Amino acid sequence: MSTTESTEAVTGVPFFLNGQALSANDGELLIDACERNGVHIPRFCYHERLTPVGMCRMCLVEVDTGRGAALQPSCMLPVTPEMKVNTETEATKRAQSGILELFLINHPLDCPVCDKGGECPLQDNAYAFGPGETRFVEEKRHYEKPIPISDLVNLDRERCILCDRCTRFSKEVAGDPLIHFIDRGNETQVNTFPDHPFSSYFSGNTVQICPVGALTATPYRFKARPWDLTATESTATVDSTGARIALQSSRDEMVRVLGVDSEAVNWGWLSDKERFSYEAANSDARLTEPLAKAGSSFDSIRWNNAIGQTAKALSIGSDRVGVLGGARLSVEAQYVWSKLLQGSGISNVDANIGDGIAADLVLGLPKTTIAEAVAPGSIIVLMAPDPKEELPTLFLRLRHAAVESGVTIVEITPTATSLTTHASLSIHPAPGSLGAVTEAMANQLFGTSVGGVDGSDLEAVAATIAKGSTDGSNVTVIVGRSNLAESADFVSDAVQSLLRLAPEAKFLPALRRGNLMGALEMGLTPEFGPGGNPSDEPGLDTEAILRAAVNGKIDTLLLLGADPIADFPDRNLVTSAFNEVNTVVAVDTFLTDSSARADLVLPAAGFGEVDGSFLNLEGRLSPLQAKVTAKGQARDDWMIAAEIAESLGMDLGFTTLDEVRSDLSASIPSFGAVDWDALGRSDDGPLLDQGRTWSVDFGSRTEVPAVDGYGLALAVDRKLWDQGTMIHNSATLAELPEQAQLSVSAIDFEKLGVRDGEVVTIESGSIRADVGVVADTGLPRGTARIHFRLPGLDIGELIDCEQSVTTIRVAR
Amino acid sequence: MVSTNEYVPHAAGYVDNKGPKIVTSRFPHEDSHTLVRALATGGYDGLKDAIRRTPADVAGEVKNAVLLGRGGAGFPAGIKWGFMPPVWPRYLVVNGDESEPGTYKDRLLMERDPHQLIEGCVIACYALGLNQCFLYVRGEMAVAQERIAQALNDAYAAGYVGKNILGTDVSIDVVLHWGAGAYIVGEETALIESLEGNRGMPRLKPPFFPAAKGLYMKPTIVNNVETLANLPWLMVNGADKFKTYGSEKSPGTRMLAISGHVNRPGVYEVEQGVVTFRDLFYGEQYCQGIKDGNELKAFVPGGGSAPWFFEDQLDVPIEASEVGPQGSMLGSGAIMVMDETTDIVKACLRLVRFYARESCGKCTPCREGTAWEEKVLQRILDGHGRPEDLDLLLEIGQSISPGVYPVAGFKGEDLDPVPFPPKQTTICPLGPSSVAPITSAVRRFRSEFEALIPETVVLENLS
Repeated sequence: MSTTESTEAVTGVPFFLNGQALSANDGELLIDACERNGVHIPRFCYHERLTPVGMCRMCLVEVDTGRGAALQPSCMLPVTPEMKVNTETEATKRAQSGILELFLINHPLDCPVCDKGGECPLQDNAYAFGPGETRFVEEKRHYEKPIPISDLVNLDRERCILCDRCTRFSKEVAGDPLIHFIDRGNETQVNTFPDHPFSSYFSGNTVQICPVGALTATPYRFKARPWDLTATESTATVDSTGARIALQSSRDEMVRVLGVDSEAVNWGWLSDKERFSYEAANSDARLTEPLAKAGSSFDSIRWNNAIGQTAKALSIGSDRVGVLGGARLSVEAQYVWSKLLQGSGISNVDANIGDGIAADLVLGLPKTTIAEAVAPGSIIVLMAPDPKEELPTLFLRLRHAAVESGVTIVEITPTATSLTTHASLSIHPAPGSLGAVTEAMANQLFGTSVGGVDGSDLEAVAATIAKGSTDGSNVTVIVGRSNLAESADFVSDAVQSLLRLAPEAKFLPALRRGNLMGALEMGLTPEFGPGGNPSDEPGLDTEAILRAAVNGKIDTLLLLGADPIADFPDRNLVTSAFNEVNTVVAVDTFLTDSSARADLVLPAAGFGEVDGSFLNLEGRLSPLQAKVTAKGQARDDWMIAAEIAESLGMDLGFTTLDEVRSDLSASIPSFGAVDWDALGRSDDGPLLDQGRTWSVDFGSRTEVPAVDGYGLALAVDRKLWDQGTMIHNSATLAELPEQAQLSVSAIDFEKLGVRDGEVVTIESGSIRADVGVVADTGLPRGTARIHFRLPGLDIGELIDCEQSVTTIRVAR
Repeated sequence: MVSTNEYVPHAAGYVDNKGPKIVTSRFPHEDSHTLVRALATGGYDGLKDAIRRTPADVAGEVKNAVLLGRGGAGFPAGIKWGFMPPVWPRYLVVNGDESEPGTYKDRLLMERDPHQLIEGCVIACYALGLNQCFLYVRGEMAVAQERIAQALNDAYAAGYVGKNILGTDVSIDVVLHWGAGAYIVGEETALIESLEGNRGMPRLKPPFFPAAKGLYMKPTIVNNVETLANLPWLMVNGADKFKTYGSEKSPGTRMLAISGHVNRPGVYEVEQGVVTFRDLFYGEQYCQGIKDGNELKAFVPGGGSAPWFFEDQLDVPIEASEVGPQGSMLGSGAIMVMDETTDIVKACLRLVRFYARESCGKCTPCREGTAWEEKVLQRILDGHGRPEDLDLLLEIGQSISPGVYPVAGFKGEDLDPVPFPPKQTTICPLGPSSVAPITSAVRRFRSEFEALIPETVVLENLS
């Protein structure tokens, strides 16, 4: 962004603040200019990230623009030359004190039992600017005390001061205008529409920006007093956006997560998953001691015993060991594990659990940043899963770009997404035809339809994407795996074609797993070593490891926070593999579907319990900081690796995190310049230089499968609220996943001749399952969509990853 | 009673005073709302005249006529039109959300002569070089809405509105929009919000001056119904003839709605600046005196938002430029008369309650302050007032409208008037409007409030 350049270019707007000659930036609001010059003007409705409305009237100050002094709301007034501002006059003070008296007449003053008490702007402003006592002797306004407006948010309308922050946020930022003012005058209140709860993925932000205790979050209600909280800055790890957070604890328990305004990443916003999944860390289901399988249950064992047994299982022969996962770990832990595995000669390592895109696409393609991608006038090609479901905080930036910055969004996705309404063009290639569709665009073949997409639509999309070459527009492809029932090879083919169409295009990988970028950089992938250097002797990827296991070629399966039984798309392949291997070792925080089947379980310290760092999808390094003590005997992942190494007779030389970091900086050039101590202090986190020079080896193109005219091609994607480990173990979030259902296009729905929601039998190969079916206008004809990992249906059972596309038959 | 003028039965509320008629000329006809009658009485002649001239010429004629806005602020329409930047699209929005307490003149204009209004809209659009007009009619006015709808259909069919008007290359569409019923939507920026489909809440000016950032953030002129209804006559007869009526500063006529304790309340078309309030209340062709021969106690000269006038102001000419310095405003032309039998505290509460109920809830001082004022007044009326409540009422007013509030003078107590308008801590004048009746009533009739406040008895030696 060029904002800093443009502000330096102008000389500034001269104005007078309380008699002092100062300079404001061009177009700067008075309230901001005063703040920057050390004069705080009280406010309630004004928020830097929302459109000013000027309705609380708290920020009135006396302004003279040549026509005499008058009270003006400083949040709506750009500074103009020679403006004389006085924040200290009697008139200003009388107005501010008068507004506060009016705010407090109907405010319940139930501060002793209010979660906001102690960190409440209304308390603070009343203390600093208020009249000190009230003259109001009438009955206060009464409403039913808090009403739940969603599963996560409660609204106390008595406390509400009607600042319009939550309602503006939900409409402007989230695009979920589910709360609004109703009634008028003194009975004005915020509320939901009848029978429509405030079920926004971003509802927690309204709690954070509420200037009083009107909105409270179910997980935090009555959990702590603000003055008992201590905080540290960290990074949200539930997806790869890397939103910056403040992590707060009381009595050694995490109780709240707040968004931190990082200009480069999340602008202060968080998804509810990022905000509330800390609950899982406090869960009683957390692993607290090493476990060894004894019959059908576990016995707890001692750490040295567990380390010894793991070392033994890993030394069975380097090609007979497969390692899955690593995205949960910090960069430092990934590095130590990577060193351990390299030292043991183990190359069958994959942090991708077969549900992402090839590592070389992530590491080898020219990268960009979120800020560059959303710069005004840019073009964004979304060839990835619905960002609202998988990378919700990134979705907010993309939505803002489309709505406010005139960014063109082009969608190439199997189904409609949350960005479809903001996209200028959307095409939905049939499963299996992604490569063919993009190839037709690259070859300028627009005569016929390809993969169900009309030639004219192909031409329009191709022309937009090619703008990067024709007029130098900034083109960013957000690339990810939008269909788990379709081979990831099609994504590689499509990228290859897009690069022919737009050679200048840059990429943002839509990685689902938190620190997957770090894992790939640290070499937890078969084809690359630490620092993204291609391996001389590549190992097996997840699918190949599982096949080798089925064929008896793998003895030990090591799971680094991975749950392949739940996450790998082909359920039958992974369960067969588990049945065949001798030893499964899981390093995890919970007993998941997979770790519950392990022979040896090593409890790891989790989110909020470890220091380290995180690499987001841009390649931006940000801090992970420990706030609470690890549960029970759980240990840092890097320490576990170091001890196993020692047990194997390898001395990695790591006894402190600093030693890991200096070794990491010394051996990986892109980390050479990282100032580790400054990590927690720098605003946005350093963007690691990843200027790599090799080109991606795309290999041969994948054959487009023949269409089964009797069946429906399956599109499987994820919802934000699924049965993932963190959600499942968060008391409040566990209730949120919806029942799985089958969505088909309106035409296919009519052909089925069923009622809305009627249970049908779906069949793939010899596997059958029952599921309710609904019509969805966002689906192209011939495609059926099922969300992955929702209650009611194990769709993984029907996916066969030997087929490049899974086709299902539907029967009543 | 023999009179030279009379009520017009089919135009309930309208009184034909046989004076000059600029906007009410068709009212005496029973079928004044039909296209047939309009055409038979010179309807759309003004449009035909206008369209033969250049838009700049038409706008110049309006500017020359000093046609003051009839909505409340009294700003010259011609000058307002000149504020439009050369940006297209631009819109004309007609404010037919007449809801100021006591006002019912625009309703009559819409019900009795919709074609005159439509003709005025088209002339204004032509003069402003725009082709989209939105006619916003108040939610409660069902008859007006129906008649304008019918008139629009007829005018479209006859080629006075729509594509290629009167065979020229001028195309202007008029869209009728029916409000949902909110006083605040009479405020122009709130009306624009409502028209856009949002909750009717005013926008802050600046930056949202409609002429620069109005409907859909495009330049927009918002004119009152009566203002536009003047245009057909003005086009046919010219500015010079227009200026032969009324005073120099305020040419033409005004429709005044008089209610309350007079013998003949109603809407009168009156020459501006020529007639005084005394003429209006006591004149034979107007209201014919105070009811039952009672004494006048107070009157509201320009809608519920206006500070009150008293007998001292009876000889003020009815003209915005004369009323303002005397401490009130002519506003929407609604005059409410209170005679000696009036319970001032109740009258005050009635007006304050209106503003409390109609506050949109956006600005804190108005949302909280008006309701507080209402509660205090109600408490005083209920006999639970405290001596400090009168000062409290004025103090609450200070939080909504700081400084000295406009008020009429009265010689009896040697008080000078404070000229209009008031200062405000709110976005729009609704909140400050609630302060007008309180300030006027408490200052002039303090003893009537005090009479309701029981004496405080201090109990001693309870032990």
